[in-house]
Amino acid sequence: MSALLFLLPIVLAVAAFVAGRAVAHRRFDGVRPHSRPSQHAALAAIWVAVPALVVVLAAALFGGQVERGLLEADQPAAVVALDDIRRDAFYADVHRVAGGETPLQTWEAPLSADLQSQAVRAGQLDSIRLVGALAAALLAAAIGGLFAFSRIRPDLRARNRVEGWVVGVLLACAAVAVLTTVGIVASLLIDATRFFERVPVQEFLLGTQWSPQTAIRADQVGSTGAFGALPLFAGTFLIMLIAMAVAAPVGLMSAIYLSEYAGPTTRAIVKPVLEILAGVPTVVYGFFAALTVGPAFRAFFNGIGAQLIGGPLDGLGQYLMLVQNQMALVAGGVMGIMLIPFVSSLSDDIINAVPQSLRDGSYAMGATKSETVGRVLMPAALPGVAGALLLAVSRAVGETMIVTMAAGLAARLTLNPLDTVTTVTVQIVTLLTGDQEFDSAKTLSAFGLGLTLFLATLVLNIVAQRIVQTYRQQYD
Amino acid sequence: MKFNIFRSHDDRGSGDPTQTPRMGGHVLPAARSDGPDGPTADAVEPTDATAGPALQPRPAEPLGPIKIRARDVSVHYGDKQALHDVSVDIPDKTVTAFIGPSGCGKSTFLRCLNRMNDTIPSARVTGRIEMDGQDVNSKSVDPVLLRAQVGMVFQKPNPFPKSIYENVAYGPRIHGLTTSKADLDGVVEKSLRRAGLWDEVADRLHSPGTGLSGGQQQRLVIARAIAVEPEVILMDEPCSALDPIATAKIEELIDELREQYCIVIVTHSMAQAARVSQRTAFFHMGRLVETGNTEEIFTNPRERRTLDYITGRFG
Ligand SMILES: Nc1ncnc2c1ncn2[C@@H]1O[C@H](COP(=O)(O)OP(=O)(O)O)[C@@H](O)[C@H]1O
Ligand SMILES: [Mg+2]
Repeated sequence: MSALLFLLPIVLAVAAFVAGRAVAHRRFDGVRPHSRPSQHAALAAIWVAVPALVVVLAAALFGGQVERGLLEADQPAAVVALDDIRRDAFYADVHRVAGGETPLQTWEAPLSADLQSQAVRAGQLDSIRLVGALAAALLAAAIGGLFAFSRIRPDLRARNRVEGWVVGVLLACAAVAVLTTVGIVASLLIDATRFFERVPVQEFLLGTQWSPQTAIRADQVGSTGAFGALPLFAGTFLIMLIAMAVAAPVGLMSAIYLSEYAGPTTRAIVKPVLEILAGVPTVVYGFFAALTVGPAFRAFFNGIGAQLIGGPLDGLGQYLMLVQNQMALVAGGVMGIMLIPFVSSLSDDIINAVPQSLRDGSYAMGATKSETVGRVLMPAALPGVAGALLLAVSRAVGETMIVTMAAGLAARLTLNPLDTVTTVTVQIVTLLTGDQEFDSAKTLSAFGLGLTLFLATLVLNIVAQRIVQTYRQQYD
Repeated sequence: MKFNIFRSHDDRGSGDPTQTPRMGGHVLPAARSDGPDGPTADAVEPTDATAGPALQPRPAEPLGPIKIRARDVSVHYGDKQALHDVSVDIPDKTVTAFIGPSGCGKSTFLRCLNRMNDTIPSARVTGRIEMDGQDVNSKSVDPVLLRAQVGMVFQKPNPFPKSIYENVAYGPRIHGLTTSKADLDGVVEKSLRRAGLWDEVADRLHSPGTGLSGGQQQRLVIARAIAVEPEVILMDEPCSALDPIATAKIEELIDELREQYCIVIVTHSMAQAARVSQRTAFFHMGRLVETGNTEEIFTNPRERRTLDYITGRFG
């Protein structure tokens, strides 16, 4: 019912527009107005609709609270005796009964009567609230309308006013996106600060021990917890490196193939396929890594290990026999495959942006295709390609799902691709999933990690965008 | 624009071009089957006895032997025919100008000469083009080597995003023309000197070629083209992006290069064609309308359409 209230401003606006245009036509008879009647009408509609909308919004946002305040101001004795959680449940049921539904719980003797009486009151308050909101909205609209209609004169610059309102609305929408981001960053900063109050920044950034499990009782082993995030950074870096070792050459070369060698038919088939690949959810790559690639790699390395055991390379054999499903190589490799379409389509755009005249110049000199690609196109496209690769790095660093499923949880300071490693994103996931106390150092450390990750990808993105932009300008 | 070399309509004598029907208007030793090195200067002179009274004295300077001989060259882009049966002889050590309104196929024909149309997937070239008697479209000719022999300069200067030195060294490097660094240095210097750019860039050979002015860039591109010692240089409106002073420099350069190369230049400027070329070919709607000595074309064209074009009546 109260949802219908939101129709009120629209209906009023239409009415005000029609009336406003009629009034304007009548008042402008014989004079040349600054703005057209429909612009005056639009201004009148705005002045009617906006106050009404504000009132309706306020009623929707705060009406519930006011109503509950009134309802609870006068509680029956039995309800007062309930504890907080039960009282909340009681009032939730009151609203259900008032809305004609059956209560979720059965309430005992005095409460069952109270439930009914309170439901009746709630119903009354509901209708008072609705009627009140309606009346207030109409009043606001009337005041706004009176003001607007009194000002419909030939010399009113209605056109400019309406433009001003349009700009305002568009700006407000843009501001929502920006402000939300600012809000997220602010909350990240605040919680990260709380974390860094407990764990010094240098210990976090340079410490080599990561075991965020703080004990519940003081006499447990490892009760302090260690928050040296270096192994996480190393793991993230290692996986990023492996991913880029796959994605950069393959993506770049497929881009070169597509833009320089492929005929129109091949291009028409391969390009959409790459774009589809780019849209595959990362969780799909994740279980591909965890269930297919991981076991296959493990079997492969274990097989080699079995051959080596007992021979001159016995130590290596022993090590290879212990390789697990989860290793940096698997997570990084699959992530690299995920990034191929991304790198390839960005590089393709960049190579295509190299002017045709450079290709012509090179071919006219008697250069072959590969000479042209290697000596003219690549040097010309290099800055742009570097930017594209940095964007890919930034995605690799922030990628979560694949590493969560395929990299493992052991925080180890290693650059060995066959080891299980863990990354910043994986740790944030494990720290924040499940039931957590919200102000333990363990939970807060997720914000420290999040902030570090945010800053790293922010810098990468800014640098990459800059590079790509200056590159584009070079050939405009 | 007025040319003092024009004669007025009236003093042209009885040879009204519109009344002397002539296939395509151009005069060719078409039926003659000269050997590859047979044709000489006399082959390009209008030999048609029906040409009416002698119109103008021949240019004093002798033209070189025929370098490029094209017969019935047609080009299709997909279904669209852009060039219809063009036959023309282009002499060596001469500047030949291609003139004609936009879209009439001048660039298309120029690109046939070094097989640049091969790089356009939809383009299909038929007919025969001989360079020194050798069919350039034959299977045995590698377009890569052909293009080393036929340099090309484009409308917009297109230096590579490399240093001035590397731009000029590009051709010698990919064709392995030099054996040592000193050798390469020599070629770069010689090419830049011949392109008249050496004095301006000698002290900044390693700064980017794209940092030069438009006119300097165009001369750099010419230096890049002549660094591989080509025999033919094709220029597609080389001055259309340049200011008058840079244009004058390029024209001067073209005139000097004529002594060593066979030069073909596409131009939209009648004045430029008159200034730099000895031979002129007029294209219209994908056909070669008329070809002849520049002076003749400008003073006494045989075809009505040529006259209309050079007097600015269309195009
Ligand atoms: N790459 C191409 N693909 C399709 N049509 C082309 C292409 N290049 C030129 N053409 C067409 O061929 C005709 C001749 O073009 P062009 O040789 O560039 O003319 P000009 O150089 O005399 O201005 C034009 O109609 C043009 O549209
Ligand atoms: Mg052209």
